[in-house]
Amino acid sequence: MPRLYAGALTLGMAAAGLSLSAHGATEIAWWHAMGGELGNKVDEIAADFNASQDDYVVEPSFRGNYSETMTGAIAAFRAGEAPAIVQIYEVGTATMMNAEGAIVPVHELMSESGQDVDPGAFLPAVTGYYTDADGRMLSMPFNSSTPVVYVNRDILDEAGVDAVPTTWQGLGETLGRIVDSGAAECGMTTTWPSWIQLENFSARNDLPFATEQNGFGGLEARLSIDDTAAVDHIQRLADWQQDGRFDYGGRFDDAAPAFYTGRCAMLMASSASLAGVRANAEDFDFSVAPLPYDSDLVDTPQNSIIGGASLWVLAGKSDEVYQGVARFFDYLSSAEVQADWHQFSGYLPITQAAYELGQQQGFYEQNPGSAVAIEQMTGVTPTANSKGLRLGNMPQIRDVIEEQLERIFNGDVSAQDGLSEAVRRGNALLERFQQANG
Amino acid sequence: MATFQRHRVTPWLLLAPQLAVVAIFFFWPAAQAMLQAFYVEDPFGLGRTFVAFENFARVLASAEYYRALGITVTFSAGVALGAMALALLLAVLADRVIKGAGAYKALLIWPYAVAPAVAGVLWGFMLDPELGLISAGLGALDIDWNHQLNGGQAMALVVMASIWKQMSYNFVFFLAGLQAIPRSLLEAAAIDGAGPWRRFWTITFPLLSPTSFFLLVMNSVYAFFETFGTIDATTAGGPGGATRTLVYKVFEDGFIGYDLGSSAAQSVLLMGLVGLLTLLQFRYLERRVQY
Repeated sequence: MPRLYAGALTLGMAAAGLSLSAHGATEIAWWHAMGGELGNKVDEIAADFNASQDDYVVEPSFRGNYSETMTGAIAAFRAGEAPAIVQIYEVGTATMMNAEGAIVPVHELMSESGQDVDPGAFLPAVTGYYTDADGRMLSMPFNSSTPVVYVNRDILDEAGVDAVPTTWQGLGETLGRIVDSGAAECGMTTTWPSWIQLENFSARNDLPFATEQNGFGGLEARLSIDDTAAVDHIQRLADWQQDGRFDYGGRFDDAAPAFYTGRCAMLMASSASLAGVRANAEDFDFSVAPLPYDSDLVDTPQNSIIGGASLWVLAGKSDEVYQGVARFFDYLSSAEVQADWHQFSGYLPITQAAYELGQQQGFYEQNPGSAVAIEQMTGVTPTANSKGLRLGNMPQIRDVIEEQLERIFNGDVSAQDGLSEAVRRGNALLERFQQANG
Repeated sequence: MATFQRHRVTPWLLLAPQLAVVAIFFFWPAAQAMLQAFYVEDPFGLGRTFVAFENFARVLASAEYYRALGITVTFSAGVALGAMALALLLAVLADRVIKGAGAYKALLIWPYAVAPAVAGVLWGFMLDPELGLISAGLGALDIDWNHQLNGGQAMALVVMASIWKQMSYNFVFFLAGLQAIPRSLLEAAAIDGAGPWRRFWTITFPLLSPTSFFLLVMNSVYAFFETFGTIDATTAGGPGGATRTLVYKVFEDGFIGYDLGSSAAQSVLLMGLVGLLTLLQFRYLERRVQY
């Protein structure tokens, strides 16, 4: 009986293999980290592309969270089983960029396959993150988001606050009023602490996060967050933690429930959290506001920087596969596909055309709050401090920073000491990366 | 004996599947790790440089490593002793139960069937600062529970979740040990006028010493290695590294940081450490065990 069963299984697998290769199409594996609803949307995009032509079949496959997907792809590459396309989060960018021989730069792929890419068609604040020193695209931006502020309108009304402040100074007063009036026990909380309160705070207020133009200039970059005004900002949050204006809610998205339950009046989170906030904010009205800036540092804020992920093409595949990948990327960046993905998910559109299409469709009027992130990103020209970060070992550096932020917020160390320690350990990681890739 | 000697091949054949499993899933990766520990390599394996003992030197010179070591010692002692003490208490109580003994035992063994990560998620949810039932109860007692910020509470959480998971395993062994103790001994002592407390400490506990010793070794290994899932699912080593044990650090450096050389060096050190610990336990503690 077991032998019979095994035989049936083999037959079944052979049949499945046959049915896939039956119409002679080239298969393109696409590993991604989009679970749940977003994963279904990814499947839909691939299915639409597959239906649009007969030569290629894109096969998306969900591989766990960002870090699991990246680890899985690297292990698969070492074993010679790598997918053609893999979605890598933005902090993995430097690792991928420096893996010459393991990746195929997107600009090379597109020009070799005759698909001309016009860099001007993309939003510079989005694509800038994924270009080399000459402005050539290395990976295909896919899901990019940027932090915004979600505000519980009911609590603000109760506290008698009309407008959401745009500066940290104004925010301090407003949050004080909210907590003092008893409208909420916690003023604000934040998801992704390092990304929003240090990486984005620095960009928005035109402060360097690291030397060498935040690492775009080379591998010698070292962190500089312990000798800029970012220290004062973290100390401000640590002080607010004491009087209730701020409440630390953990790493990643862990802080979101504190906003959903109405305990905190404001939440700083990714623009892509809009759908989640909409689904969970059932008992109150909410609005979306831009990320505040520090009026002591700048008169007009810089753009914020992005998070999310881009699509990298791995080396070692046949020309036919790369032809297909280029066709697929061309499809992916078309205004219709982009606008649909952006409007469904809350991620930023990667091209100007997709944004304009949304405007024509009246999407932003019907969905207040969904344009805040785009305006925040596109209003100004990025500076060296706001183009993004390109630091090796960034996933670990972020862990080191968040570890120190936790120690600062629970009162173990001062902001200055905590951040100096983060810089010391972060720089050791940067040196190590330089040694391994230099 | 004579029969065995005539069959030279058969025992090896019978052992072969198990030996193959051990060789492929234990010895091969362990050898790979040892080799890797002497190289610095990029994540994609495009090139590696031999650096001799530099990875080890770097690990042993870093303050974070010793911090993780200290945390591991606290964590392991808490888990091993806690899980054994609780299991012994429950086993003694369950041993006395006459009505519905089967049901009690089944319920007490249940948590062992739960995966470590699930145990972690379960406890993490009950103690979630926003949504947790227990943390709400603690809040009513004016205890502010926030393991996302408070390192001591985070440690308590992972210790509790790990104890809960391991308790059942210990319970089974203690219960079997208790049932192997001849009733006549305890009855004789009772007739001589020894109370339950005295009977436990002078007869039951010494007679359980082989079981306790075995469990101490098993629990130390459990606390060192198998609690990874629990920690990853609840605190991910945080806050501020307060629950980053050695095995979690190996994972972080290797699988999040892609620093394969350092991660391999750490796992070799960890392997040596646990080997040494087990050796010490056998050398010094086993002498006090009465078989």
